[in-house]
Amino acid sequence: MYDAIIIGAGHNGLVCAAYLAKAGRKVLVLEANDRVGGAAITRSFGTGFKVSAGAHLINLLDPVVIDELKLESHGLDLGQKTLKTVSLSHKGQHLVIDGDQLTGQVSDEDRSAFADYKAQMTRFSRLLNKLHLRPPPRLKPGRLSDYLDLLRVGAGLRRLGQRDMRDFLRIAGINIYDVLEEHFDNELLKGALAFDAVLGNHLGPRSNGSVLNALHRSSGRINDDNGTFASPPGGVGAVSEALAKAAVALGAKIRTGAPVEQLMFNGDTACGVRLQSGEQIEAETVVSNADPKRTFLDLVGARHLEAEFAQSIHRTRCSGNVAKLHLGLKSLPRFTELDPTLAGERLLIAPSADYLDLAFNQAKYGHCSDHPAMEITIPSVADPSLADEGHHVLSAIVQYAPYRLKGGWEHAHEPFKKTLIDQLDQYAPGLSLQVISSELLTPADIEAEFGITGGHWHHGEMTLDQAFMLRPAPGAGRYATPIDGLYLCGAGSHPGGGVMGLAGRNAAQTVLSGGKT
Amino acid sequence: MKLDKDHYKTAVYPSPFHAKTSVLNETREFERWHDYMSATRYFDVSMEYFSCRNSTGVFDLTAMCKYRITGVDALDYLNRLMTRDVSKIKVGRVGYGVWCDDAGQVVDDGTVFHIRDGEYWLCAQGRQYDWLLTSALGFDVVIEDISHQMTSLAVQGPTSCATLKAMGLAEIETLKPFGLRHYSIEDGELTVSRTGFTGDLGYELWMKPELAEPVWDALFAAGRLHGIKPMGERALAMARLEAGFIQAWHDFLPADKAVRTTHTRSPFELDLHWLVDFKKPNFTGRRALLEEKRNGSRYRLARLDIDGNKPAHHAFVYNRQNKVIGIVTSAMWSPSAKANIALASLDVPYGEPGDEYLVEIYYQRELAWNRVMAPCRVVKGAFFDPPRKKQTPPADC
Repeated sequence: MYDAIIIGAGHNGLVCAAYLAKAGRKVLVLEANDRVGGAAITRSFGTGFKVSAGAHLINLLDPVVIDELKLESHGLDLGQKTLKTVSLSHKGQHLVIDGDQLTGQVSDEDRSAFADYKAQMTRFSRLLNKLHLRPPPRLKPGRLSDYLDLLRVGAGLRRLGQRDMRDFLRIAGINIYDVLEEHFDNELLKGALAFDAVLGNHLGPRSNGSVLNALHRSSGRINDDNGTFASPPGGVGAVSEALAKAAVALGAKIRTGAPVEQLMFNGDTACGVRLQSGEQIEAETVVSNADPKRTFLDLVGARHLEAEFAQSIHRTRCSGNVAKLHLGLKSLPRFTELDPTLAGERLLIAPSADYLDLAFNQAKYGHCSDHPAMEITIPSVADPSLADEGHHVLSAIVQYAPYRLKGGWEHAHEPFKKTLIDQLDQYAPGLSLQVISSELLTPADIEAEFGITGGHWHHGEMTLDQAFMLRPAPGAGRYATPIDGLYLCGAGSHPGGGVMGLAGRNAAQTVLSGGKT
Repeated sequence: MKLDKDHYKTAVYPSPFHAKTSVLNETREFERWHDYMSATRYFDVSMEYFSCRNSTGVFDLTAMCKYRITGVDALDYLNRLMTRDVSKIKVGRVGYGVWCDDAGQVVDDGTVFHIRDGEYWLCAQGRQYDWLLTSALGFDVVIEDISHQMTSLAVQGPTSCATLKAMGLAEIETLKPFGLRHYSIEDGELTVSRTGFTGDLGYELWMKPELAEPVWDALFAAGRLHGIKPMGERALAMARLEAGFIQAWHDFLPADKAVRTTHTRSPFELDLHWLVDFKKPNFTGRRALLEEKRNGSRYRLARLDIDGNKPAHHAFVYNRQNKVIGIVTSAMWSPSAKANIALASLDVPYGEPGDEYLVEIYYQRELAWNRVMAPCRVVKGAFFDPPRKKQTPPADC
């Protein structure tokens, strides 16, 4: 009998397993797919191409997790350097963002405003990061430790100083569009910054809550620098493999190809899982890295929950709005007027905040964007092992592509892929003729491949109503759930989505301390 | 429910019995109860009350909220909804119960009728459709609001069985308390349950609105020599308090209507321990109720026998140290128990049977207010509990 079964070998499941094993628990990780990593995997597509099938950059993996699990000794390699961001212009007048430096046709005012903006956002997101390292405070009267938790949050805010605190409280809940208008004139800059505020969510730049998402996305540190990106050699799957090695080295057991069908109960307490194969495995504790809807409405079943809690999970907003495009190319694409040494950097098609807003408008009404925004990487530039000699692989995160597309994805899949390739052709003329293999993952495909309800990368919208102790829903906001013996450890819990590992770490600590809701 | 396109033009409807009740209602006093006109009294509240204690009183239950629950998961659904074990309510039986929110606070109480195999009705005083649908996630059930499709009469009192027998309901005297049976009348179905809100021998008749008038006529013709009288809301309120039954909006605040969490009550706090079955692995409120069982309740429902004859409406209850320990939620002078009775909600640990307290009663005499601190005792059980309530067959049948 195991002390803990972890459902899902995504990065949070592996992190949680590693921490539990490190504390001496007997841990079994069950993964439905035939490899570890969940949506953080590198896999092949087309003829001879390999790509990070879900997340394709690392920006949030927490240094605390890297240190505590000694991931570097298990093969973690985030690459030589952090990536610059290039905000592409189809006329070729690109803007390059490197840390707090801008290169391109940009005014001195914008340059200096950007350095200030970046510094302030970094201060804010470091405060956020402190909150990410602990379970969120409990909003329930009575317990001293809960008051202390809340005080700690208040004190963190206060320590920002009067000016920053006021700014933080003013902008944290509002939209990025208005904030960018206050600071900048350059459209390419505003487009790039707005893109980071909406990525992964059903948010447009004018949607309130987008600033919070921007802060969340820059709360990670790579090489001690906030808001930067790493492209690990071997793709993001190599990070998952390092996590799996660490977990196994610490004593955890991992089984792939073992999809869980149902939780098992002893009376009102979770006592194990039943696999789709019919095999039953018992454990003291079950920790689910599956998304909250899958966990509670499928693996547990609404009828085993109390009515209001079941409804609050049911109402969780988790319809994905992001698609993923993979292209296998004959040669390195040439973006108009782009310095070829920048081809391996992070390239954005988000030429203005208005462009993003117009793209979002269509998604609001259930259509995919005619002119979508894209985050493009060509990882084969730094890591030739991802493609055959001379070939290249292009990976793009595409927004917006709503899960609940009007008319369904079945007939829209190929036309949308063509829209995307045509659009890339506009920025890199001739690219469409270089395509050997292509693959589009719509939210429906993401749901099918990775088992994430709604194909939502973050297991649920990253907005205030689903943040902190409200993530995924009241009553399950601190990893413990209303069902004794069942815990959550995935991106659907605080601090949320992105390859961070902190939900897994916090969940493990909660399990070890016998934490309750 | 399909609505008439002009439905909004009428807020309150006459009940299907209105052609009959409006003739009998000498006072012309009706009030709104949900979507229907409901008689507050017909001729004299005391006389109406005594009809259900000494002969037969008939109360128009049309406005009660009624829901039909069918589908393969009907039983599982009700078992998750209610705190009691619904599987114990076999076909042809009725059971009383409460349902709670996740915090273990009572949303409402009502009766479950196991009408036929796979078909249940839930009857409640308050509208529950929203709560029932909220609870339906994950269950294969069909929940229909049949409040307007079914109507009902309460036929209560010592001669009620004889009346129904005279009306032609064969072997009605063999129907046990909380049993139900279907009869054919005028080519329609009349369902009779031995249930009621008076704590006396009594029955409830359930039918489609088309049957309302013929059933009323047959009932009153059969009951003429058995002292049948219509009774209004005020008379029924007296009978229910004597029986010791609690009522939403009087003795507890429905949890889904409360703003302040300290103003609601759990089943334990309403003396309904017997309705909470922790052997069921899950029902809404279970987790919170288990915690309450471990840590203790906040309130206790107490039945008070108060000195004097002044009803203690809304009175504060004091202990001997003159500290307020609770409030009276329902009170009256009980004509049958010949006692000044009340239900009260007291702070734990107060309210053990036998405890003695003081009740602060204000009453008016010729426009002048008087105050009395009346001693009272906590008593056990219903204030009025005649053996005929449970007797099968009843004495005169």
